[in-house]
This record gives sequence, structure tokens and C-alpha cells, in this order.
Amino acid sequence: MTTVEILLFASLFARVNTSRLISLSPIDLTIIVLYFCLVLGLGFYIRKFAKTGEDFFIAGREMTAWIAGLSFISANLGSLEMMGYAAATYQYGILIAHAYWIAAIPAILFLALVMLPFYYICKTHSVPGYLQLRYGTGARSLSAVSFAVMTILMSGINMYSMAVIMKVILGWNIHFSIWVSSVTVAIYVMAGGLLSAIFTEVLQFMLIWLGCLVIPVAGLIETGGWAGLVRRISENFPGQDFTHMWRTLGSFSGNPMGVHWTGIAFGWGLAISFGYWTTDFLVVQRVMAAKDLRSAQMGTIIGSFFKMLVPLIVILPGLLALGVLPFKLVPETMVNTPGAHTYNEALPLMMARYCGPGLLGLGVTALIAGFMSGMAGNVSAFATVWTYDIYKPLLRKQASDQHYLSMGRWCSLLGVVASIGTAYLVMNFSSIIVYAQAVFVFFIVPMFGTVVFGMMWKRTTPSAGFWGLLAGILVSLLLWLWVKWDPSAVRYVAFSSNAKDMAENVYRAMWSLIANVVVTVVVTMFTKPKPDEELQGLVYGLTALPTMGDLPIFKRPTIWAGAVAIAFVVLNILFW
Amino acid sequence: MSTKAMISIWFFVGCLLAIYGVLILLAGFQDPAANDPNVAMRNLHLQIWWGFGLLGMGLAYGVHFRPRRPK
Repeated sequence: MTTVEILLFASLFARVNTSRLISLSPIDLTIIVLYFCLVLGLGFYIRKFAKTGEDFFIAGREMTAWIAGLSFISANLGSLEMMGYAAATYQYGILIAHAYWIAAIPAILFLALVMLPFYYICKTHSVPGYLQLRYGTGARSLSAVSFAVMTILMSGINMYSMAVIMKVILGWNIHFSIWVSSVTVAIYVMAGGLLSAIFTEVLQFMLIWLGCLVIPVAGLIETGGWAGLVRRISENFPGQDFTHMWRTLGSFSGNPMGVHWTGIAFGWGLAISFGYWTTDFLVVQRVMAAKDLRSAQMGTIIGSFFKMLVPLIVILPGLLALGVLPFKLVPETMVNTPGAHTYNEALPLMMARYCGPGLLGLGVTALIAGFMSGMAGNVSAFATVWTYDIYKPLLRKQASDQHYLSMGRWCSLLGVVASIGTAYLVMNFSSIIVYAQAVFVFFIVPMFGTVVFGMMWKRTTPSAGFWGLLAGILVSLLLWLWVKWDPSAVRYVAFSSNAKDMAENVYRAMWSLIANVVVTVVVTMFTKPKPDEELQGLVYGLTALPTMGDLPIFKRPTIWAGAVAIAFVVLNILFW
Repeated sequence: MSTKAMISIWFFVGCLLAIYGVLILLAGFQDPAANDPNVAMRNLHLQIWWGFGLLGMGLAYGVHFRPRRPK
């Protein structure tokens, strides 16, 4: 969960007892009910196809590139993220699109071309499973336990946030939203595991796009296209630049985020982005379920293409709100001002502005689908990591496949129940959300250093893997505590006393990665590496990577990755 | 497991989109005065366009990926 999502949550939490933003017609409600019916029906239908552990945990490794790729992106496209980033765009302008371009595309392409072959060839079920093969039990246990805890925490926070948003937007009862959505997810994930999760994520992907695309289409027609939108924003906010991505990043004080381009490029674009996209099992699991390596790589590249387009349905609504709303949105601190709307209501306000009956139901279904795809992603990833990386190696080593399958099903239910528990915990102690976000960054960033060293440098030793990971986590934790204890320390951590939360996060991630790299290299120099024969299939230089052989050029992942990379560069230049 | 025996997910997607298309079209064909006057760009008749789009897309997916008997 990002800082913008926390701000979104906080302001909605404060607004929970005020009137609703949107009223639904009977047709809108029919659309929502139909969605729930289909998702549940799919779960029951898929159940009979998930008969073994391989089916349940890794979807039988039979997914096509398109299904794996859309699921890969859908698991990341939560509604909290959509609403949070639309709100942040109202506040910071198009700078937020960095989250979808430099902070995603290079890392996703790196995953597709460089890291996936190793994940795929070693036939591991999970990212902690790779760490077991490469470094041994220490690194795996540390990553598996932290991942399991974080997954449940995030799932619960997302669940409660969704309930709060439904309360604010539609006036629904919080307990009703929590139980209906979580019971639905529990049923279909318990039934078919990752297979159910992936299939419903594909459905959810379509609904998210078709439901949210109404806003940019109608908005751009209203403003007379991009040039008209830019002109309107300039008229509404004279002297402020909301429509350029790099031009204002030459100094810390030249942009509303208080960040320098180095922070965007190295902190966000390297440390956080590569950490999340290449080692967070929640997303990597989707493409590991592809039927072969080429499908896994192509699926990831297809995902990167759609990721690059997400600003259309997230950033553009935020910019449209700047250009067309007849009133100005206010910061979260003014949430209780009568008649005022906060930044975080940007997306629902735009939805209410352009969507009549029917389309509104589709838009709200898109938001619900976003929440449920994220929750299903968390639950299915949790079930896999718990069963394969905690229960099997640490608690019960020898059992039948059916036993582990059964454990996976119950574990999915346990994951949902624990998420509900977390949701109610957050309801009473809302500050938990702030700590959860920080803890998430602690673990994800150093994981990238540890995994990539393991794949690229055969000299890296098991001790270095463990201590490097631990050092990255501790440095991130200590820097966070330092700024909490003394807020002025942000000038050392983020190089500027102007740095906002988001800027602090990106620089803290950078320090965490540097600590991980330094400790990994130093410990490697003084400890004994694994013999080469134990590293076959795990490390570059000792792994026979499959060639594309006689594959036609337009079917080769490298060609499509190149096309995405060119589009990425062109977009950055266009909106420079 | 063999997902080859399964009905394609795209068929389900197609069915849902087609039904949504019909519902949104119905909403669009209702008396415009019944629509919320706060909705901007009503002159675009977005529900009609979106409804037809969803219906067409749904039918295309539904027909193309319909379950077939194994040969």
C-alpha cells in the first residue's frame, strides 16, 4: 500500500458518517448483483478442475500468455490504488504517472527477459522457494514469514478500505461490504485456488477498463482534447505546472512532491519498482502459472503494455478533475468542512459527473472488481507461501499431495478470516495502516537485491543472501524510526527538508537497497560459496537458457519488449 | 488437470458483457428527462454508445469462444 492510498483511506475514514456521493438505480444494482453471481458461479465451475496441489497453487502451469498477463496486471490494479492515484494526480499533477511508467515498465521488462527464465526453469512454486534453492532455509524463512504476514495485513487493510469507500460513495453498511466481498472471495479461491483467482482476475480486468474508460472518453470530448484540458487546467490553476513529468524535477522545491529527479529515477524507478515487480510473489505468481517460458515472458510483456495504458483510467480522471470541476477539492485536513470534497473523492466525483444509470453500475462494479481481484491475489499467494514455504518445510515435511491441497484450501479460508480480523482491527486502530505501509517497503526492496544477486553472481554465498536481506530490512526500519522520532531527519534521509512522505519513501528504499548490496558483497567475500553443481538452473552462467530457435521474429519476447520500451521512451518525451 | 476441457474464460466474459450491454442500453433508451440532470455530456448519449459497444463485444467473444463438442 502506498502513501497515496493511506491518505485516501484516512480522509474517507474521516468522512464515513457523512452523506453518500452517488445514488444507484435498480439497473445499477442489477449489474452489481450479476457480477457477484458470475464470480461465484465461476468458482464452483472451476473447482472440479483443481484436483492436485499443482492445479491449486500454480494453476497447473497451463495459462496462455494473455490470461497470465492480464491476471498479472489485474492483481496489481486495485481500486484503492485507482482512487488514490487519481487523488494524488489532482494534488501533484501528471508527476504521478511515473508510478505507471518509470516505476513499472523497466522493472516488468527486466522480470520478463532476465529473471523469469530462472524462476521458471528451477520450477519453484514461489519466490521464497527460489531463495531456498539458492541460499537455503534462512533467507527463505525470513522472506516467507514476512511475506505471509504482510499479505494478510494488506488484504485486511484493503478489505476495510473497500468497505469504507462503499460506505462513503454508496452509503452501504461497512459490515455488509466486508462480509459480502470476503465471503465471495473465500468461496471462489477455496474452490479453485490460483486457477479461480486468475480467471476471475481476467474478468475483473475487463470490467475495470470498460467501467472506468467512460470518464476519459467523455472528459476529453468535453474539454476538446488534451490541448483543451491543458488550457483549462492552466486557467484554473495559473502559475502551476500539472502537465509535465520531468521538466519540474530539476530541484527539490520546483515541484509539489518535493522530490528531485534522482529520487524518481533511482528510488522509485529502481529500488521500489524492481523490488515490487520482480520479487513480490503476489504478482510474479500469475506469470509463473503460464504454460511455458515463452508464454510467461509474453504474458509479462502484455501486462507491461496495459500497465503503460493505466494512466488513461487513473491519471487522466485526476487531471480532468483539475480542468472541469466547478469547485476546488480540498486537502484531507479539511475533510469535515461542510460542502467540501477532498482530493480523494476525485475519481467518484468524475464517475458521478459522466456516468448516468447503467454506466454508474458498471463503474461501481469496476471498483468492486478491483478490490476483489487484489484480495483474491493476496489470499491465493498467501495460501501458496504458507503451504509450500512454511508448513511443508518447517511443520510437516512428508505428506501426500492431497494433504497439501487440502491445506491450501483451508489456508485460503484462514487467509480470508485473518484478513477480516485485520479489517476489524484496523477499524479500531486506524494508525495500523501507516505502520503496515512502512513495513511493506522494509521487506520488498531488499528482496530484489538478494534475488538478483542470487541469479546474476554465482559467487554470492548463502550467508550473504541472508545477511544482505536482513541488513536491507534493518536499514529501512531504522531510517523510518529515525524520521518518526525526529521529523527534521528527513533532510538527511531524503536530501531535502521539503521532502513529502512519498519522497521520503523513495529515498529510504534507495538506502535500503544500497545497504543490501554492500552487505551482500562484503559477506560474500568472507564466506564460502556453494559449489557450481548445486547452482545449476539457478544462476546465470550455470543455467542453460532456452533459445528462441526458429521462432518467427514477431513471436519473440525480446522484440515485443523492445516495442514496449520504445513506447515507454516516446511517452516520457511526449509528456516531458 | 487439463484446462483444455474447460469452457474458455472469454466465453464467460462475453456473456457478461452482452448482458451488461443490454441493461445499459435499456437505461439509455429510457426517457432522458428521467436521467440525472447533474450528469454532464448527456448530449453524447454515452449509455447508448457504451451499451452497443458492450453488446457487440460480448456477442463477438461469446460466439467466438463458445463451448464446442470435441471432434
